[in-house]
Amino acid sequence: MKTIQECLKERILIIDGAMGTMIQRYKLQEEDYRGEKFANWHCDVKGNNDLLSITQPHIIEEIHRQYLEAGADIIETNTFSSTVIAQADYDMQEVAYEMNVASARVARKAADAYTARNPDKPRFVAGAIGPMNKTLSLSPDVNNPGYRAVHFDEVANAYYDQIKALVEGGAQLLLIETIFDTLNAKAAIYAARKFFTDTTGKPDGPGTLPIMISGTITDASGRTLSGQTLEAFYISVSHASPLSVGLNCALGASEMRSHVEELSSIAGCYTSAYPNAGLPNAMGEYDEAPHETGHFIEEWAANGFVNIVGGCCGTTPDHIKHIADYVKKFQPRQLPVLETTL
Amino acid sequence: MSIIKPYLRLSGLEPLVVRPETNFVNVGERTNVTGSKKFARLIKENKYEEALSVARQQVESGAQVIDVNMDDALLDGVQAMTTYLNLMQSEPDIAKIPVMIDSSKFHIIEAGLKCVQGKCIVNSISMKEGEEKFIEQAFICKSYGAAVIVMAFDEKGQADTMERKVEISERAYKILTEQVGFSPSDIIFDINVFAVATGLEEHNNYGVDFIEACRIIKQKYPLVKISGGVSNLSFSFRGNEPVREAMHSVFLYYAIQAGMDMGIVNAGQLQVYSEIEPQLRDLCEDVILNRNNDNNEATDKLIAFAETVKASGKEVKKDDAWRNTSVEERLKHALVNGITDYIEADTEEARVKYNRPLEVIEGPLMDGMNVVGDLFGAGKMFLPQVVKSARVMKKSVAVLTPFIEEEKKNNPLAQQGGAAKILMATVKGDVHDIGKNIVGVVLACNGYDIIDMGVMVPADKILDTAQKENVDIIGLSGLITPSLDEMVHVAREMKRRNMTQPLLIGGATTSRTHTAVKIEPEYGEGVIHVLDASRSVTVAGSLLSKEQKGGFLEGISKEYTRLRDDFGKKKSVKQYISYEAAQQNPVKVDWDNYEPVTPAFTGIKTFDNYDLNEVREFIDWGPFFISWELGGRFPDLLTDKVIGVEATKLYNDANALLNKIIEEKWLSAHGVIGFWPATRTGSDSVLVKQGDANSGDIKLEFLRQQVKKAANLPNLSLADFIKPAAADSDKANDYIGAFAVTIKGIEPHIKRLEAAFDDYNKIMLQALADRFAEAFTELLHKKVRTEYWGYVNNEQLSNEDLIKEQYVGIRPAPGYPACPDHTEKYKLFDLLNATENTGITLTESLAMYPASSVCGWYFSHPQSQYFGIDKISNDQFEDYLQRKGLSRDEAERWLRPILD
Repeated sequence: MKTIQECLKERILIIDGAMGTMIQRYKLQEEDYRGEKFANWHCDVKGNNDLLSITQPHIIEEIHRQYLEAGADIIETNTFSSTVIAQADYDMQEVAYEMNVASARVARKAADAYTARNPDKPRFVAGAIGPMNKTLSLSPDVNNPGYRAVHFDEVANAYYDQIKALVEGGAQLLLIETIFDTLNAKAAIYAARKFFTDTTGKPDGPGTLPIMISGTITDASGRTLSGQTLEAFYISVSHASPLSVGLNCALGASEMRSHVEELSSIAGCYTSAYPNAGLPNAMGEYDEAPHETGHFIEEWAANGFVNIVGGCCGTTPDHIKHIADYVKKFQPRQLPVLETTL
Repeated sequence: MSIIKPYLRLSGLEPLVVRPETNFVNVGERTNVTGSKKFARLIKENKYEEALSVARQQVESGAQVIDVNMDDALLDGVQAMTTYLNLMQSEPDIAKIPVMIDSSKFHIIEAGLKCVQGKCIVNSISMKEGEEKFIEQAFICKSYGAAVIVMAFDEKGQADTMERKVEISERAYKILTEQVGFSPSDIIFDINVFAVATGLEEHNNYGVDFIEACRIIKQKYPLVKISGGVSNLSFSFRGNEPVREAMHSVFLYYAIQAGMDMGIVNAGQLQVYSEIEPQLRDLCEDVILNRNNDNNEATDKLIAFAETVKASGKEVKKDDAWRNTSVEERLKHALVNGITDYIEADTEEARVKYNRPLEVIEGPLMDGMNVVGDLFGAGKMFLPQVVKSARVMKKSVAVLTPFIEEEKKNNPLAQQGGAAKILMATVKGDVHDIGKNIVGVVLACNGYDIIDMGVMVPADKILDTAQKENVDIIGLSGLITPSLDEMVHVAREMKRRNMTQPLLIGGATTSRTHTAVKIEPEYGEGVIHVLDASRSVTVAGSLLSKEQKGGFLEGISKEYTRLRDDFGKKKSVKQYISYEAAQQNPVKVDWDNYEPVTPAFTGIKTFDNYDLNEVREFIDWGPFFISWELGGRFPDLLTDKVIGVEATKLYNDANALLNKIIEEKWLSAHGVIGFWPATRTGSDSVLVKQGDANSGDIKLEFLRQQVKKAANLPNLSLADFIKPAAADSDKANDYIGAFAVTIKGIEPHIKRLEAAFDDYNKIMLQALADRFAEAFTELLHKKVRTEYWGYVNNEQLSNEDLIKEQYVGIRPAPGYPACPDHTEKYKLFDLLNATENTGITLTESLAMYPASSVCGWYFSHPQSQYFGIDKISNDQFEDYLQRKGLSRDEAERWLRPILD
């Protein structure tokens, strides 16, 4: 089977679309979320989508299959919030580890089946590492700007456990995504390097997983929520020696374009971009049609801005199919030459 | 293919890329408890917020990196570092620059690294305790993504000679790049600045050792950076600031040439090399370069000289010297050295001496600023110093301004011949102005009168000011990408106003290509992209010289035309399929198994003075709030934390006005609907039969999507939802419907409200009339579905469902995305006899009057849906011309938005 690096040289790879949007279609109720295993859990768990990998794995697998069928080369595990810190919302800290293992397994099951069917188009499972609901650079208390709700070590430890579990479940890539506070992402990078050093003796190289990084520009200011410009963000995470750096969430493809172009010009590694299906409408819904999103992204591909594309909030297998169809005729962005002299 | 250079890249909220032309990176040193007594006191007294002002002052005076050090025996270093850095991160004006985390204790460094999202510099690690510890610490730094300063320090001690400095650096370089995986560009060597002129001969060569080691290390490893704590050098002259500053200045002058990149130094206090008193400068050079220094000869001379400086008390001796020169020299000295102490008196003296106040500006002040500009260009002055010079200039001009104004009053012609005026502004929506300020200062140093309008300046304000002040050049700046569009807008506005000033474009996201492709074509009087501050001087010079301007602009214009051509060639083409292929991919409808529903009547039905109380129930409030710029989901926005109070007020006012409108019959609702047998006769044509002899058949023409679709998705046309002629003729006819509604009676009320200057209720009334028209449309559509056409039974839709268009069938309007040709409205009006039945008239642009009117087609097929045509290709356009019998010009006029 080809490695992802080999695939990236050949073509633009497709990453899947929204998990939450697809889960909503099943209109699951509290008892569905609980399943048998957590039937007597002491608080409500409806909305804890990551839990479904344990209680309704067939639904998660079915969603993965739909994205694979639409042409996704990379699917993300259902683990956006599977850390002890994020799971505190449901008092499910102790279940976080199992969520990661189960999510990675179910994603691998779906992906491996597709790879077996067509070994020329191998499918990869990226362990999704989300931003958490507590942030390291911002104070939740406006009157006390020096205060932090969480410490770097707690965040790094939580990510360490998540990464360990994702690897145990079979994730082939690590995807640190939807980064709105770069310091949280740096804690995740720190944790990954520590985990790989503990297991292979080295922070990177043979035996470690490629790291993909995807930040979030929150609005027209062109900055992350924690205030960094795109270039400052890129510089701040480049020590991860990432396989790819990119952008996702918050913006639709139309609003994301200029940032994707900029990133493409400064990134020494592969670039990725998976925007939302437009901006939410007055009802808070995403209504950009699959062919619209597809055409925006097609233009990025035509200009050589991107190596990996897909969708975030509001996108569906139909969006991914359109994106995949529209970009397949274009060459992937070529890696820039990294000069070694001034 | 793009190229990425191996520069040292750091970040705070903003990037700092150290390029060869960066010259020298100033590291702010005052946020250091060992170096600043004031800072140490504030930290010890737990006055952290106040201590932030020290950091802010560093940034304002030009520090590009900020060094933070909390090494004090009486402090809990980890806690102090964490607290201070966390606070600093909350101050965007400080957090924008990268942090240098400075401690001799590694656990304090690590605590600091846990607080900063940007890429920091660690200051420092070394092999003092052996390789193992060094490697361990380097790995940790790398895991946090920091660049490192490596002290030239090993098991044997600190490197003092050139050989030792080079040897330790080589060893550290190998370990960091080969074992730890550091990029060479992330390594900074601090090769120890030691005190010279201590009286001990073995110290005399320390300056030379540093400078020569710089040269060798940079030759061997050109990508690394070299730093040093400059103030150590002059340790022997503690308390004698003039001598110390002169020594630092001389040392940096040579060390930077040899390859030193950054230093912890108070840049604002550095003397300008060429402005150091020659005798002092020569003495400093001898000491630092260890010349003429046998038996400490040079050292002794400097010490002796220092005594005289000291004896006369602080900087007085120096001051005296320049105070005795001519007023022109004094002004120049003040400008170059940034001294404001005497500027008012000196300016006044010059004003009396010269004939006209303007001559003072054009003469001695400009001469001084030109020197500043030259020194900055030659790398002998740094930005903070230039900023200080500009401040002196402004103070001096402020003294002269009242006299200039007075003169203008007495003699209006006198204002001619002043310095050329350049207006600068950061465009609307952008707050970044560092680059613009730099350009402004540099241009001011070259004799231009700068009008800086600051940041977030709307186009109107920029251009109003430009015209009022009659400026010679307009400069626009922006850093974020949306600013590019705003610049295009400004250029368009300049054209619209028939302005003649050249337009300069600058800022980080701007480019020559963007300027050439997007901005230059909008404005014919010269649009020039300016790469950096130094280029701005030559560009402004060329533009303001009568001889050069023509040729210069011609050259620019040629260059930009070429850039545009190159860009055009690269552009990709959006994917469209042929019209024929699109026609073969319609919506698949199973007509054989479809029974069209026959309406309750055919022909038309009118509605006059429909009950507004009933219409009111169908109002969609969302667009109403949007027209008042209050976004959000209704009714949630009424309780929104931010806008809730205002939204509720507005909602209450609107309902009060609604009551009044209905009770007092201000407005009335009128409408007409109709249904007719219809057959699809071509792929995109629908024949409507009116059924009586007097009115013939009308053929409607639709357009079809041509954008390339994914497999199994149709290229839609509204005609797809009407049964084709070829389909089973035994079955019932298919039908199409149409409607037009309007709200009448608004004019007298608008006039009345205008006369009372009641804008609030005027806009409210207009907005409500629009809402009524839309609500009436919704109401009639519902009645059509369930009653008049009756193709659905038991429809149970809430108002919210209606807003979400969850009903069966559609009501697209001519001129909107699914049928973008406005001219089909004529046919709709004919069929409905709409003008007679409702009073709606069509303007020459096919807008409906009264403004609060809506019209459209009704389609009942369950597969009918809303969509957009997007662009069509030439083949369909030609076909459409034929079908409609329109002239090409006319068709292009109406269809321009959808033509490629």
